[in-house]
Amino acid sequence: MNDRLIIELLYKIADDQLILGHRNSEWTGFGPLLEEDIAFSSMAQDKIGQSLALYQMLNQLGEQPPDKIAFLRNANQFHNCILTELPNGEYDFSLIRHFLFDTAEQIRFEMLSHSTYQPLAELSRKIKGELRYHTLHANTWIKQLGKATEESIMRLQHSLDFSLPYALGIFEESPFEAELVESGIFGGEKVLKEKWKEKIGEILQQTTLRLPEWTKVHPIVGGRMGSHSEHLQPLLDEMSEVIRIDPTAEW
Amino acid sequence: MNSPSIAQLYIWLDEVTDPEIPVLSLVDLGVITAVTVENGKVNVEMTPTFVGCPALEVMKQEIESTLRKHGIADVEITVSFREPWSSEKISARGKEALKKFGISPPPAGTVFTDLELLDHAVCPRCSGTRTEIKNVFGPTLCRSIHYCLECREAFEQFKPL
Repeated sequence: MNDRLIIELLYKIADDQLILGHRNSEWTGFGPLLEEDIAFSSMAQDKIGQSLALYQMLNQLGEQPPDKIAFLRNANQFHNCILTELPNGEYDFSLIRHFLFDTAEQIRFEMLSHSTYQPLAELSRKIKGELRYHTLHANTWIKQLGKATEESIMRLQHSLDFSLPYALGIFEESPFEAELVESGIFGGEKVLKEKWKEKIGEILQQTTLRLPEWTKVHPIVGGRMGSHSEHLQPLLDEMSEVIRIDPTAEW
Repeated sequence: MNSPSIAQLYIWLDEVTDPEIPVLSLVDLGVITAVTVENGKVNVEMTPTFVGCPALEVMKQEIESTLRKHGIADVEITVSFREPWSSEKISARGKEALKKFGISPPPAGTVFTDLELLDHAVCPRCSGTRTEIKNVFGPTLCRSIHYCLECREAFEQFKPL
């Protein structure tokens, strides 16, 4: 089994979880209602915990320990898609991002639960069950607010149109894409993207929200290769503030 | 000292409880997935309820200190997803303990696809089923928040997973 392929794959998935987990945690204390405050905080805890499990797997493959990987890399060494690093904005954007990203993530872990790389298959079987609560949460609110009032529909439609090019960046292909598919480690971004389009279409169909023609949506890519928006480095600076002041601090 | 039997080790492990739910033992919770003894060394394999469960480290420490208290000096605890946790792993005794503690136990064999299926948790106080879900996320990752329309009290359910 080619470790190089697996390492590249694990980094992008783990970085997505870590970065979106931190963005979700920024809702703690600021949710539009208490239940949403708790929901985004819980999803933050899930995602950061899942990233830790993936970083531990990377550590087993010879990479640095999890805290070093998580806190001591610069923006250009992160492989998360740009969608996950964008600032939370207003609730409508955070909700749309949560819906678009978590739908993809649930399908990704479902696919990875059949991976020929056994440790990843085992962990994915676990994570896909947990993510059902995330997509359940997203779908419930999208279905409700996507046909509620003129304002809720307008806000969500606006955020959807803004987010879709970034969402397509989730599926930016790896340089090892063909080998990953061939070796049965991962079914590939193309397959994932098609399943995702189908799934989000199925939910949005139950609302007043409209998907544009896909041919008119131009993917914003680069995140997987370390080319990020200006929003990632400030987030990393904040995340790593304590460890940079005192690398031996424990809490 | 002779190596303790596996059955004896499980009796000792039964003394260790969930740090957030002190009436529920880790054995009944179903997070201990294997116990083996090799050359006097006790290996405990466990798996978290949720991958991001922050109680895992505390659980590991308590397992170790409990076994030490019973004279086991050499303990190794490994965390594995080989046999992942699901709510089906909670024993009948564990479910009873949860109910007594005021948390609705997870329904058996639930594969839910939509919110409606989580909507009728049994109220742990009055056993009413006219209940509604308030939030799939609760005070900890493994609990959701519900409201009983019969006794008009809020309650939590241990999430089906």
